[in-house]
Amino acid sequence: MSNARKLLIGGGTILAAFGMLYGLYYAVFVEHQTLDRMGGSLAGAFIHSAERHGYESQLALNAYRETKYDYVRQVDVHSHWIGLAMLMIVLGVVLDDVALGARARFGIALAMLIGSILFPMGVILQTTHALLAASALAIVGSALVIIAMTAAAVGFVRRA
Amino acid sequence: MLVFGGIGLIAAGMLFGDIFAAFVLHQNGGQTGQALLAATQAVAAQDPSAVKAAFTHVGDLLEDRGTKVDTHVHMIDAGYLALLLALIQPYVALSVSSKKLLAKLFLIGGFLLPVGIFLIHYVGLTYSPFMVIGWASIMADSAGGLLIIALIGEGWGFWKYLRNTHAGPAESELPKDRSWERRMLLSGGTMLVLLGFLQGAWYAGFNLYEHENREMVILKDLLKQPSGSGGIASSVNAYGMLQAEKAVLIAAHSHIIEFGLLAILLSFVQPYIYLSEVWKRRWVKLLLAGSVILPVFVLLELRMGLLAGGIADSGGLMVIVALIAMLVGVVRHTGSLDAGVGSTQ
Repeated sequence: MSNARKLLIGGGTILAAFGMLYGLYYAVFVEHQTLDRMGGSLAGAFIHSAERHGYESQLALNAYRETKYDYVRQVDVHSHWIGLAMLMIVLGVVLDDVALGARARFGIALAMLIGSILFPMGVILQTTHALLAASALAIVGSALVIIAMTAAAVGFVRRA
Repeated sequence: MLVFGGIGLIAAGMLFGDIFAAFVLHQNGGQTGQALLAATQAVAAQDPSAVKAAFTHVGDLLEDRGTKVDTHVHMIDAGYLALLLALIQPYVALSVSSKKLLAKLFLIGGFLLPVGIFLIHYVGLTYSPFMVIGWASIMADSAGGLLIIALIGEGWGFWKYLRNTHAGPAESELPKDRSWERRMLLSGGTMLVLLGFLQGAWYAGFNLYEHENREMVILKDLLKQPSGSGGIASSVNAYGMLQAEKAVLIAAHSHIIEFGLLAILLSFVQPYIYLSEVWKRRWVKLLLAGSVILPVFVLLELRMGLLAGGIADSGGLMVIVALIAMLVGVVRHTGSLDAGVGSTQ
């Protein structure tokens, strides 16, 4: 088995297990509490508004915004890590069908691995204060994955 | 076991998704809009208890919708992973009995996880010893644990293969198939995944933050009480439209990538489908056509309404029919192998 295939299948399996462990931890310790906080703060904003407490209503709405911002990204990380891991394993199995040289195949594997780690990591880091660096990581990661998939598609079409 | 179980889980998950889209999704969205309208009217009437009641109803509706979407997604993804594991079996250096045990664990987990998620809304916290987690959640989380154990076992087997310390007989590698079906599924699937990535990048760059900001603007409008009931209804309608816009963009993104991945995975299964060439090609064409129709018409739902929704659902049905046809081909293949063994005996 070539190094490129080892990288894709091994890396994909580890990334899938990691994504699942993160999902399990998130479901058990974070998700229910986050959903309660999100629903509670939105309901709180409306209740305070009904009581004509404008300032408290605004605070609750801000809390809803912040909680939802984090929630969307935390769920995205789980699904993208596992999704990209599955794609890596599939590419690893099928890499011999990519009609490109060995170095190009290794480049595809490396770009997929780095991109699949960086992109979700950038997304989850957007929930911290380092928003700019996190967005840059996410963009670089997604660009690497898109470039790798484009190269693989070219390889498949050449073989077809 | 993994090929059959994987395709079965994917077909069941897709069928569940089609039924959900046709009979639950739009009705649920309408009811959520009504509940939000009731909450806003209660704010205008300065009635906090009615606001609480309305939001309890909204929470209930969102949980109903969320658990059904998660059931659909997790069942299909467990099926994908089962197919993937089937593909890497030649590179997993474990004994046959260990591999069978891991496959059983994985399939049991893959079945119980979505069932547990589905039951969360109906079981709730009944007889639960915990504050926020009910028995259905415990079942789903335990099933997720089974999947992780199986995956770690497979990873361990792959590690042993890489280190050349085979503990048992390695399976023969996948047949080197160069058929038209395989090439079409590989190229078509990769293109679909790539299109999905590009659409996702577009969504993240141009829609995600705009949607988050627009949601806040609409909610502030609702709390400021626009003049007259028409103003409130208009803001609630804008909120509903925003949720629909987000839903179709995310659904198109996830479906086109998942169908692409499915096409690539099914390209490996082609040698195990015992059907004539003509029929194998027909099912491949049907699967790829459905894989394009569903996400494209999901995107068009905002412009064309229910007509596009109906066409999208029929796209999903095309994929399900092709998938079941391929499953029948796999069953026929195993049947032919059994018949061969029987005749030699």
